[in-house]
Amino acid sequence: MRSATPWSEVFDQLLVATGETLYMVVVSTLIAVLLGTPVGIWLQLTAPGGLNPRPVLHKVLGFVVDLGRSMPFLVLLVVLTSLTRLLLTSTIGPTAAIVPLSVGAIPFVGRLVQNVLSEVNVAVVEAAVTTGSSTLRIVRSVLLRESLPALINAIGVTAIALLGYSAMAGVVGGGGLGDLAVRMGYQRFNDRFLWSTVVVLAIIATAIQLVTNRVARGVDRRRTTSI
Amino acid sequence: MITVENLTKTFPGSTGQVRALDGVNLDVAAGTVLGVVGPSGAGKSTLARCVALLERPDSGAIRVDGTDLVSLDGTALRAARRQIGVVPQGDSLLRQRTAAGNVALPLEAAGVAGPQRRNRVAELLDLVGLTDKAGSYPDQLSGGQRQRIAVARALAASPSVLLADEPTSALDPDTTGSVLTVLDRARAELGVTVLVVTHDMGVVRKICDDVAVLEGGRVVEHGKVLDLVSDAASRTAASLLPAVDQNPAAEGAFDRVADIVLIGFAAVGALLPEATSRFGVELNLLGGGLTRLGETPVARFRVGLKGERADSALEWISEAGGSVRRTLAGPQGVAA
Repeated sequence: MRSATPWSEVFDQLLVATGETLYMVVVSTLIAVLLGTPVGIWLQLTAPGGLNPRPVLHKVLGFVVDLGRSMPFLVLLVVLTSLTRLLLTSTIGPTAAIVPLSVGAIPFVGRLVQNVLSEVNVAVVEAAVTTGSSTLRIVRSVLLRESLPALINAIGVTAIALLGYSAMAGVVGGGGLGDLAVRMGYQRFNDRFLWSTVVVLAIIATAIQLVTNRVARGVDRRRTTSI
Repeated sequence: MITVENLTKTFPGSTGQVRALDGVNLDVAAGTVLGVVGPSGAGKSTLARCVALLERPDSGAIRVDGTDLVSLDGTALRAARRQIGVVPQGDSLLRQRTAAGNVALPLEAAGVAGPQRRNRVAELLDLVGLTDKAGSYPDQLSGGQRQRIAVARALAASPSVLLADEPTSALDPDTTGSVLTVLDRARAELGVTVLVVTHDMGVVRKICDDVAVLEGGRVVEHGKVLDLVSDAASRTAASLLPAVDQNPAAEGAFDRVADIVLIGFAAVGALLPEATSRFGVELNLLGGGLTRLGETPVARFRVGLKGERADSALEWISEAGGSVRRTLAGPQGVAA
């Protein structure tokens, strides 16, 4: 029976791992939102009753997106190794983990964004159509702006999902909190590592939720001011 | 001005094709207000969506100042849409934009920017009487105010035609008045041609010069409101004029009974008293009443006459501009 690792050492490693996790989550969320949002817009525009209905294209696109979403992340992680090597020449470390994390989240974000955009009142969209606005302008000023609060919440949901996935990425050499929990906490039976990792993960998830909720509320104009 | 020519539109239904519009013809002279009325399912909404260029008709033309807009596509279609300002059915304001931001939307689409845009928005907010609400969001406005902002938005890009689809359907009577006033002002101050699709005859009563009655996808009556009300058999008269109750017992006591429609201040005020004194007949009002179509007072009375010269009195009323229809003919049985 070894003596427990001193807290100072736990903190040091925890700090490094937390940094890696935040790096993976923030960058992959950014990339996924940047690439997934256009997918969601495209899905919504081509949907029946959308601005530019294309039933066949919509079905094909939807099928691809759902295929991507149904892929277990661990499998994707392995499958995308060659893509990662192509892009980054390495498959180890947090930066390398960003590739499968981002790619895996794109279809997820696409569906979330489509759902959010489909909630915009049809009368509002049609009103914009009758003003002679271009589709691009309607997407920007009506669809995206009207659903901005919900979109921000969707980004929060994505970030929290990616927080979970990033822990899995740790297992295949991505580093971060997941890696620390498994390597130090689980395999070496070190409870201090295990539980402190859990606490930090919970804090990060809660923080993401709180911040996105607050920002979403901040940009929302759909309430009467009652002071 | 706007003309609708031979518009047809069919939709696939559960029991074969449903013909929503079946050769609809309308024309609205520049600077006038046409009310399109009719029961649910008559094709009003389809007509409104076609005129708003949101729905493409199977055949027919929609001409604004002579140009057919139906067959246009792409950029030409977008440009054409700016000629028709639309107040859509239901809540249609962007809830994340202020009232002023909503009014600015068509100007952004038309590429109007900077102080020019701000000035135009201010003009329109003034027109609809909501200058003080420029910075308010839709959720801070009442239903009537939201609808007035929607009218201001529809007018922003200076269209020559304004289409309002059920603009008052969700409003209480008081706010309805304020929205109709704004539509009327658009016509009076901007010279816009207005087409109002509504199920509410009150809208026709208050602001329409012309009316078209739609039934089963066809126009069954189309003309000036004041012309149509003098025709007692018209649907417009039946729904706009005060009702007359049947009361055979009371009517039996008179030599002649007739329904008389009187239009205008002079006719409503003076015609009946003058007829009684001129022909020495006794004239009793048995039913009906007075209403107002726009600024014009209009009355429909059921009158009972007693006296030898009752027929002459009715004839004289008819010649003097009243519209007379006998319901109980006397011994002569001649309609005036």
